[in-house]
Amino acid sequence: MQNHILSIILFAPLFGAIFLLFVPKENKNAIRWVANIFALGGFLISIPLVPMFWAQRYEPGFKFLEGTSNNWIPSIGAGYNLGIDGISFLLIMLTTLLGWISILSSWTAIENRVKEYYVWFLVLQTGMLGVFMALDFFLFFVFWEAMLVPMYLLIGIWGGPRKLYAAIKFFLYTLLGSILMLLGILFLYFHHHTLTNVFTFSIPELYKTAPLIPFNIAIWLFVAFFIGFAIKVPMFPFHTWLPDAHVEAPTAGSVILAGVLLKMGTYGFVRFSLPFFPGVVSHPKVQSWVIALSLIGIIYGALVSLMQKDMKKLVAYSSVSHLGFCTLGIFALNSAGLTGSVLQQVNHGISTGALFLIVGILYERRHTRDIAEYGGISTVMPLYATITMIMFLSSMGLPLLNGFVGEFTILQGAFTANWKWAAWAAPGVVLAAAYLLWLYQRVFFGTVTNPKNEKLHDLTPREILTFVPLIIMALWIGLYPKPFFQILEQPVNQIVQTIHDNSNPNSPANANVRPTADPHKSIVAKASN
Amino acid sequence: MVELTIFALGILLIDLMVPRDWKWINGVGAFIGVAFAALCVWEIQSMSPGGAVGFYNSLQVDRFAIFFWYLFLAAAAIAILMSARYLDIEEEHHGEYYALLLLSVVGMMCMAAGIDVVLIFIGLELMAISTYVLVGFLRRDRRSNEAALKYLLLGAFSSGVFAYGLSLFYGIAGSTNLRDIQRAVSAQNPHNPVLVIALLTTMTGLLFKIAAVPFHQWAPDAYEGAPTSITGFMSVAVKAAAWAMLLRILVFGLFPLRSVYTPVIVIVAIATMTGANFAALTQSNTKRLLAYSSIAHVGYMLLAFVAMGTSQPGTPAFADGFKGILIYLLVYTFMNLGAFAVITSLRQGNVIGDELDDMAGLYQRAPVEAALMLLFLLSLAGIPPAAGFLGKYYIFLSLIESGHYGLASLGVIYSLLGLYYYLKIANAMLIRAPMETERLSVSLGMRCAVGVTALATLVIGIYPEPAIQSVNWSLGIVKSQTARPIRPIRR
Repeated sequence: MQNHILSIILFAPLFGAIFLLFVPKENKNAIRWVANIFALGGFLISIPLVPMFWAQRYEPGFKFLEGTSNNWIPSIGAGYNLGIDGISFLLIMLTTLLGWISILSSWTAIENRVKEYYVWFLVLQTGMLGVFMALDFFLFFVFWEAMLVPMYLLIGIWGGPRKLYAAIKFFLYTLLGSILMLLGILFLYFHHHTLTNVFTFSIPELYKTAPLIPFNIAIWLFVAFFIGFAIKVPMFPFHTWLPDAHVEAPTAGSVILAGVLLKMGTYGFVRFSLPFFPGVVSHPKVQSWVIALSLIGIIYGALVSLMQKDMKKLVAYSSVSHLGFCTLGIFALNSAGLTGSVLQQVNHGISTGALFLIVGILYERRHTRDIAEYGGISTVMPLYATITMIMFLSSMGLPLLNGFVGEFTILQGAFTANWKWAAWAAPGVVLAAAYLLWLYQRVFFGTVTNPKNEKLHDLTPREILTFVPLIIMALWIGLYPKPFFQILEQPVNQIVQTIHDNSNPNSPANANVRPTADPHKSIVAKASN
Repeated sequence: MVELTIFALGILLIDLMVPRDWKWINGVGAFIGVAFAALCVWEIQSMSPGGAVGFYNSLQVDRFAIFFWYLFLAAAAIAILMSARYLDIEEEHHGEYYALLLLSVVGMMCMAAGIDVVLIFIGLELMAISTYVLVGFLRRDRRSNEAALKYLLLGAFSSGVFAYGLSLFYGIAGSTNLRDIQRAVSAQNPHNPVLVIALLTTMTGLLFKIAAVPFHQWAPDAYEGAPTSITGFMSVAVKAAAWAMLLRILVFGLFPLRSVYTPVIVIVAIATMTGANFAALTQSNTKRLLAYSSIAHVGYMLLAFVAMGTSQPGTPAFADGFKGILIYLLVYTFMNLGAFAVITSLRQGNVIGDELDDMAGLYQRAPVEAALMLLFLLSLAGIPPAAGFLGKYYIFLSLIESGHYGLASLGVIYSLLGLYYYLKIANAMLIRAPMETERLSVSLGMRCAVGVTALATLVIGIYPEPAIQSVNWSLGIVKSQTARPIRPIRR
C-alpha cells in the first residue's frame, strides 16, 4: 500500500471512468451514483496519504517514490516515475477534494449526455493528479497535454452559448504554451546528454544539470517555460482565454478550472522554472519584469472585476487578481513568499471553487448570471446568503479565514524582497473587498425587486454538503495554519537554497563562468532513487 | 527470397483475375495475398541480418526495406478491409481494384528496396500507374475522372523530370547503381553545375511524389476525387513509398551532396507547412481538409530531414531525425488510415459523406466511430497520449539537437493551426446536432479496420517502446549509453 499509494490515487478516477462505460446510458441515476461513488472513493483513498506524509514531512527530497527513471520507454530514457513533496502533496489533496465536490455539484446541473460527462470528468481528474505526481518530464508532459482534451470537451459540449469559441480558444492557447515548453524540455534533455552522455527525462536528474546552462541560453529556455506556465496561470497579457472559458464552462468545469488547472501554471513555476533556471529568475531584470506583470495582473484583474455585470465573469477576473498574488509570492524568491504562494494556491482553490459553486447554484435556479436580475436574495435564501458571506470573506482575505494567511505571508515575502512590490500589491486586497462586497450588496441585500426571485428555494442537503468541506478547510487554514507551513517548510527551503547557491545577481555578465565548480555537491535534491 | 514475395503476389494476382461471380471473394483473396506476403517477409527478416543483394545489384533487401515492406502491407490490408462495403455502395466492385492495389504494393516494395535507379524508377511507375487507375476507379463520378486525369498528367510530367535527373547522374557516374553514383559524386565538386541540375531535377521528381509544396497541386484534387478507401491508401502507403525512395536516393545515394540540397529542403519544408496549413484552414470538405493536412505532415517530416542533412552521421541529431521520419510514417499510417476509414464509413446509400456537414452529430449516430475519430484527430494534431505525439516528439527533438530553434518554433505555430482545423472536424462530430438521425450501419470489415488502426494509435502512443525498437532495428541503431560525470561546458 505504502509503495503504490500514489498510483492508486492516480488511477482510481480512470478506473471509475472505464467502469462507467459499462453502465447503460439510459440509466442516468445509476450513472450519477457510480460517478459520485468513484469520486468520493478517490477522495477517501487519498486521505491515508495525510498521516503517511505527515510522518515524514521534514525529510528531504521526494517521497513515496515509484518506478524508475527508464522503466517505461527505455529507448528514450522516460520512466513511469512518481513522487511528491510538500508542494505537490497539498495540491493533490486539493485536487481530490475539489474533484469530488464538483462531481457532487453536477447532480442536477447536467441533464444531457450524462454518461460522457462523468467519464470525461473522471479522466480529467486522473490527468490533473498525474501532472502533480510525475517525476519524469515525458510523463509530466503526457499528463499535461492529455488533460486538455477532457477539459476542452467539458467546455465544448456542456458549455454555454459561445461554447465552441471558448473551447477552441482554451485549447489553442494552452497548446501554444505547452509546445513551447516541450521545446524547452527537449533542450534540457539534450543538454543533459551532452554533459553526461545519458538521455533521461528524470526530473531529479535534470535538476543537477539544468542550472549549469549558460545564462544567455537559459534565458530563452526560461522564456519558453514561462510562456507555457504563464498562459496556464494566467498572468496578465496571457489571460484572455480565461474569462471566456470560465463563463462558458459548466459550473463544475469552472470549479476545476479555477481550483486546479490554474494551479498547474504556478506549480510549474515552483517545480521547474525556479530550480531549473536559478540564475535567470534571480537576475534583477527578469525578476522585476515578472513581478511587474504580477502586479499589473493583481490591479488590473481587480479593476476589471469591479466593472462586471456577469457574476461568473467577475469571479473569473478575480482569479486573475488572486493568481497575481501567487506569482508575486513565487518570484519574491524568498521562503515567506514561496510558502505564502503555495498556501494561497490552495486557498484560491477552496474559496474561488466555492464562489463558482455559489454562482452555479443561482444560475441553476434562474438561468441567468446577470447581477442586475437579482437583489434581496438573503431574505429568500438565508442559509445560502450566510455561506456566501463566509466564502466571500475568505476570498477577500479577512483575518481568521484562509485567504488572510496566504495573502499576508505573500505580502510579507514581497516586502522583504522589495517594499515597493508589497506597496503596489496591497491595493489589490482592498479592491477585492470592494468588488466582492459590492457584489454581495447588489445580489443579497435590500428587498426582492424581481418577482422571479420570490419563489427561489434555499440550499438542498446535497448542495450544503458541497460547501461543508470547503468551509471546514477555510476555517482550519485561517485559524491554525501551522501544519501547512510545516509541510511546506522543507521543499520551499530547498528551492530557496538552490536559488541562493546558483544566483550571481551582481555580475550577470560573468554568468557564463559559473562559480559552482562542483555541481554534484551544490544542487537541489539528492532525491533520485 | 525477394523473388518469392513477388512471385507469390504475381500468382495471386493471376488467380484474382479469374473469379467474377463472387465479388467479395476478391477482397478475401487479396487479403490472403497480403498476409502471405507478410509471412514471406517475416521469413526473410529472420534469415538475413545484414541485408541481401539480388538481381544484379539492383535490389537490396535490408532492414530498412523490410520496415517499409511491413508498412506497405499493413496499409494495403487495412485498405482492403475498408473497401468491400464501399465498393458495393458505389457499384464498382471489380477484381481489378484489388489486383491494382496489390500491384502498386509490389511497385512500392521495389522503390523501398531498390538500389539501382532503373529499378527504383520501374517500381515508381508500377505504383504510379496502378494508382492513376485506382483514383479514376469510380467511372461514373466526374470528380473521380477529373482527379485521375490531373494526377496522370502531372504525375507523368514529374516522372519525366525525375528520369531526366537520373539520366544526368548516369552520365556523371557511368552507372545506374546508387553506390557507384555515390562514389562518383563524392569525387566531384558538389557545386558543379551539371551535378546541381541533376540534383534539382531529381529532387523535383521526389518532392512531387511526396506532395511537397510547390509540387503538391495534384494531391488535394486526387485525394478528393479518388474512392475514399483509395485516398486513405494513397495518403499513407504511396507517401511512405515516396519517402522510402527519397531516403534511398538522397541519404544512401547522394549524401555527399547534402550541403547543396539541404537549403532547398529548408525552403520547401517551410513552404509546405505554410501553404498546406493555411489552405487546410478554409476547407469544408473533409477529404480535402485531410489532404492538405497530409501535405502539412510532409512538411513536418521534411523538418526532420533538414535536421539530418545538417548534422554528421553518428550524432544523436542524425539518428533522431532518421528515426523521426520512420516513426512518423509508422504512426501516420495508422492514424490517417483510421481517419479515412471513418470517413469511408460515412458513405451510405444516398450520402457521399465527405463534406464537413456530413460529420455533424456523428456522435449520436455512431458513438464508437466518433470517439475513435476523435482519437485519430488528436493523434494527427500530436496530442499525447495518442501516437502522433511520438512522431512530433522526434521531429522537435532532432531539430533541437541540430540547433534549428527557428524551424522548431515555426513547427510550433503550425501545429497550432493544425489543431484548429482538426478541432473543426471534432466540433462538428461531437458538438453539433446531427443532420440525419438514423444510426450509421458499419460493416464488419470496416469495424476491423477502424479498430485495428485505433488500437495501434493508442498502443503506440501509450507504450511506444516496441515501435521505437523496431525503427532502431531497421536503422541498425544499437543503444549504447555510458554515463560519465557531469562536466560543465564553457562557451
